[in-house]
Amino acid sequence: MALVSAVRRIAQVRLRDLCRRSTVAVAVSPGACVTGLRSFTAGTQSLRSDNKVTVNFINRDGEKITVKGSPGDSLLDVIVNEDLDFDGFGACEGTLACSTCHLIFDEDVFKKLEPVTDEELDMLDLAYGLTETSRLGCQICLTKSLEGMVARVPESVSDIRQSNDGTA
Amino acid sequence: SNVACIRSLYSAGVIGRGASSSPSPSKICVIGSGPAGFYTAQHLLKARQDIVVDIYERLPVPFGLVRFGVAPDHPEVKNVINTFTQTANHPRCHFYGNVNVGKDVSVSELQQAYHGVVLSYGAEANRSMGVQGEDLAGVYSAKDFVGWYNGLPSCRELTPDLSCDTAVILGQGNVALDVARVLLAPLSILKKTDITQPAVEALVHSQVRRVLIIGRRGPTQIACTIKELREMVNLPGTRPEMKAADFAEVSEALKDVPRPRKRLTELLLKTALEVPGEKEQERRNKATRTWGFRFYRSPIEVFADAEGKKISGIRLAVNKLEGSGEGAQAVLTGEVEEVSCGLVISSIGYKSLPIDPSVPFDPCKAIVPNTLGRVQQAKGLYCSGWLKTGPTGVIATTMNNSFDTARSVVEDLNSGTLDVSTEKPGSQSICALLEQRRVKPVSFSDWEKINTEETRRGEAVGKPREKLLSVEEMLRVARA
Ligand SMILES: Cc1cc2nc3c(=O)[nH]c(=O)nc-3n(C[C@H](O)[C@H](O)[C@H](O)COP(=O)(O)OP(=O)(O)OC[C@H]3O[C@@H](n4cnc5c(N)ncnc54)[C@H](O)[C@@H]3O)c2cc1C
Ligand SMILES: NC(=O)c1ccc[n+]([C@@H]2O[C@H](COP(=O)([O-])OP(=O)(O)OC[C@H]3O[C@@H](n4cnc5c(N)ncnc54)[C@H](OP(=O)(O)O)[C@@H]3O)[C@@H](O)[C@H]2O)c1
Repeated sequence: MALVSAVRRIAQVRLRDLCRRSTVAVAVSPGACVTGLRSFTAGTQSLRSDNKVTVNFINRDGEKITVKGSPGDSLLDVIVNEDLDFDGFGACEGTLACSTCHLIFDEDVFKKLEPVTDEELDMLDLAYGLTETSRLGCQICLTKSLEGMVARVPESVSDIRQSNDGTA
Repeated sequence: SNVACIRSLYSAGVIGRGASSSPSPSKICVIGSGPAGFYTAQHLLKARQDIVVDIYERLPVPFGLVRFGVAPDHPEVKNVINTFTQTANHPRCHFYGNVNVGKDVSVSELQQAYHGVVLSYGAEANRSMGVQGEDLAGVYSAKDFVGWYNGLPSCRELTPDLSCDTAVILGQGNVALDVARVLLAPLSILKKTDITQPAVEALVHSQVRRVLIIGRRGPTQIACTIKELREMVNLPGTRPEMKAADFAEVSEALKDVPRPRKRLTELLLKTALEVPGEKEQERRNKATRTWGFRFYRSPIEVFADAEGKKISGIRLAVNKLEGSGEGAQAVLTGEVEEVSCGLVISSIGYKSLPIDPSVPFDPCKAIVPNTLGRVQQAKGLYCSGWLKTGPTGVIATTMNNSFDTARSVVEDLNSGTLDVSTEKPGSQSICALLEQRRVKPVSFSDWEKINTEETRRGEAVGKPREKLLSVEEMLRVARA
């Protein structure tokens, strides 16, 4: 399984790299995690655990999952590397073309995060269950100051939608 | 002869290694391999280890609108294909392309062969404007125009006439903006995408310099989303051209709306009304092409030139709004207006069609009537994706509603509502039927041959892929 994730991960990095380089995708991944690519190679070499940042995810069932990630990795990177199984998470593989890596933070953590770009807000605006402290996981880079942070995966609320659109 | 079928029977444990020790699998088939089909399959495979999922797809190639809808300059969106490919390669999942359900095999035949059937065949038709002149040369549905530039085999012959200055797009959703971008974007950008070669050639000779995107309601009801609007605003070589009067009461309406609508409207207002800064002004001065929204207008008639052959303009009814917010209604004022144009593309929505007389279908909503994905009054039949909800929503929306449908299937399996006590033949009997009917399915590894060939051809010309444009050619490569 780890191999699958690594392969996927490499494909993803390559795709993302391609996107970034192409003149077409002008607004891909602006700002955040420009170090993502480098830190992947660098990160696997220096696996000194004291360097790592602890992240707590709360999944859709309310369970807490504690993992570690390298500074510079995005939260989406951490989820992919650790093979965390959040259904449908990260559909566009971190290229700011969907909102499926939506995460919700506590107020104090939210304030510590790098400022949000217009492009991230544009995609966030399509997220289910948007809150005042929502961000996209692919745009949040780990830093030492985020040690112990909690990130909640929002429930999918399509059931609610369904009763609105008259098909239920 | 049906290699795809035999191979899958091996890996599903039907033939070869003994399948006897474990209870026989629950066999589910999914019709359509767009996001709905793949996300439904993904969730089913994950939820229970005893489920086998077969995906039947009409075309020799998978992925539905991700391949044939998503704009060529949005390659990031197509990353979902990586996850779909993982699903297709799952040992309990099999892909049968080149099988047209409803024609090559009926839904009731599938119901006999499988414990459960999930309809995920999308929305292949389009809503029509229902106005005079809709059938004139020079009027196209966005569905066909998009299919043409994205290489949908059935739209290959469209060859739209782009020899006019002004194009009118009716409807203001994201599809309308995709079409506007393709008409206006610099070729240096498009040439590096997977847009088809015939489309590139037609666009090289295109005379279109001005695109008007017309909506029946106002700026605060616009259907597109902000990312796509921002792309228009920043589209190199173009400048926006709006009518200030259309925005008269907009700031007032902004106060109490949710953040997404608010940000979208603010960007719209800024683009339409604000005096641009020096740099932006310079950019706009250099632009050779323009685009703009027009609001409160409904089409009444498309009319032709004196010879009656080519279109020369469109007559629009001027509307006013009754009510406010998302639910506001356009009502006629009685006033009429004409706009000269040589190309009309109607982008007022896609539409699902019934697939088989035995399957319930709501002709008004153009969906299969369902409760949480369970087709009403049809045990063992489910639906997901655009067929279930109507033709709106991004891939993430389709994903969520497909997971919901899969949850319903799993619930029914768990509760026994979906009876799996009798063994079903699954693809074994369907493949036999197809063979009798001389239909040869395309397997996922056959598709991978097509994929390799397309990528190879693309590499030679600096594109991510050069799509094969006809079913015949796809089949030839798949079977080479
Ligand atoms: C022009 C356009 C651009 C879009 N761009 C974006 C975008 O950039 N980002 C985004 O998030 N969303 C986008 N969307 C929305 C997205 O494409 C849809 O949400 C999604 O594709 C719907 O999935 P579906 O599986 O229900 O339908 P489809 O994707 O249409 O899949 C249906 C599949 O069923 C097959 N089929 C049909 N009839 C039969 C039959 N009789 N037998 C067997 N198979 C059959 C079809 O060939 C097709 O493969 C776009 C939509 C359009 C129309
Ligand atoms: N980049 C992307 O993410 C992307 C790209 C393409 C498509 N998509 C998604 O795919 C879905 C389908 O897109 P779409 O553009 O086809 O549909 P849409 O978003 O529903 O827009 C349809 C447009 O047509 C208008 N319309 C409908 N019926 C009409 C009529 N009878 N007369 C005049 N106007 C009429 C609507 O106006 P009213 O509001 O007045 O009804 C609206 O402006 C959307 O959810 C879209 O977001 C996403």
